[in-house]
Amino acid sequence: MDDKKENGKLKIRNIKNGISIDHIAAGRAPEVLKILGIDGGFRDSVTIAMNVKSSKMREKDIVKVENRDLDVSEINKISVIAPQATINWIQDYQVVRKEKVKLPDELVGIVECPNPSCITNKEREPVKSIFLVKNTSPVVLVCKYCEREIDSLY
Amino acid sequence: MSLKQWDKKHIISIRDFSRDEIDFVLKKSRLMEDKLSSRKPLELMKGLILANLFFEPSTRTSMSFETAMKRLGGKAVGFSVAETTSEVKGETIVDTVRVVEGYADVIVVRHPAEGAARAASENIKVPLINGGDGANQHPTQTLLDLYTIQKEYKKIDGLSIAMVGDLKYGRTVHSLANALENYDVKLTLISPRELRMPVRMVNGLRERAIEVKETTRLSIGKADVIYVTRIQRERFPDPQEFKRVKEAYVLDEGILPKLRDDAIIMHPLPRVSEISPAIDGTRHARYFQQSRNGVPVRMALLCLVCGVDF
Repeated sequence: MDDKKENGKLKIRNIKNGISIDHIAAGRAPEVLKILGIDGGFRDSVTIAMNVKSSKMREKDIVKVENRDLDVSEINKISVIAPQATINWIQDYQVVRKEKVKLPDELVGIVECPNPSCITNKEREPVKSIFLVKNTSPVVLVCKYCEREIDSLY
Repeated sequence: MSLKQWDKKHIISIRDFSRDEIDFVLKKSRLMEDKLSSRKPLELMKGLILANLFFEPSTRTSMSFETAMKRLGGKAVGFSVAETTSEVKGETIVDTVRVVEGYADVIVVRHPAEGAARAASENIKVPLINGGDGANQHPTQTLLDLYTIQKEYKKIDGLSIAMVGDLKYGRTVHSLANALENYDVKLTLISPRELRMPVRMVNGLRERAIEVKETTRLSIGKADVIYVTRIQRERFPDPQEFKRVKEAYVLDEGILPKLRDDAIIMHPLPRVSEISPAIDGTRHARYFQQSRNGVPVRMALLCLVCGVDF
């Protein structure tokens, strides 16, 4: 990797096409990778920076993925674990779109309820999972049905 | 509070209730109990039908609702235990209530899956009352608990309430604690270390300025209300540990000199050995009255959600 320090600032290589997710809360980059389904079998280039200095949030994580787009469900999931994240869409080294994630008031069908006894986990019942955002900092979600509270997706 | 806002309302979780709404139900329950004790047959729900859908057995709750409906001059239909219904044939609870909506004016559902009542209520217009959904909620139990306390002391604010037993998994104590967040009470949480109330819940209570004391000792000398719950064997892999814990939280004659004169002992029932039968005849025992109070409370709720004024 050709990262180098310039004027004491950490520089992370730019990607040609793909997405860059910035301002992820420090230490949560691995969860972002999970949301994106990136594991050992992933072929395109992925850059991860963890616990780097940030003027906005003291320390942050960054994830850059070549040749990848994000859908709404993935963006909503990211908003749960990294409510301050910014997503940059990059084409030919240029940022063509920039979006701050926004934690919705209600997450419909995005997060599976971890409670096996919850009606949303009963195979034959046609009930989509719905989580209500109870608290935004730190994020606390509550299942609309079984009322179980969660603070992480995994 | 206008009666209109209760008409066709689903009763799913005590967390959906504001303090004003709880107080209103308690006031109406008092009125209903007065009507009930006059012994005159009531016809408030004449011509209306209650459907009791019990996807798991609970004789007490189902009988209490049926009694409530019949005391109001209405009729009750229904089933108990999943094996006797089409659920085993593959019908979902969501479909079952949609079918029953066509038969009845009000539906009570008890189901082992948590959130079942809320999910079932979302597709129907007939009011649905949650009669217990797994380990989650049993709002009419909580309302009858509050009614029992209020009936005794004519108030809830200012009381000191001790909860004893399984505070980790106990549905009734969780719901009661949720409801008490709306009042100015002192709580003493008495349980073995393994069965403490979840930290998040305790913090939630403290955020609402409730004074909470947690202890493993059976210190109930200052309590106005002692709410006892059963400690279940399956929570302890080690039978010896279970025996030790179980015996540490038994209310028997030995505790009587320690109690306040006017303290009351409550229990959602069924009890096993946590309250000795020797307590039953004392002035402190309220658990059987508590269970009886479920009838006027459920009568009041049935009328409210069916838009029947009284």
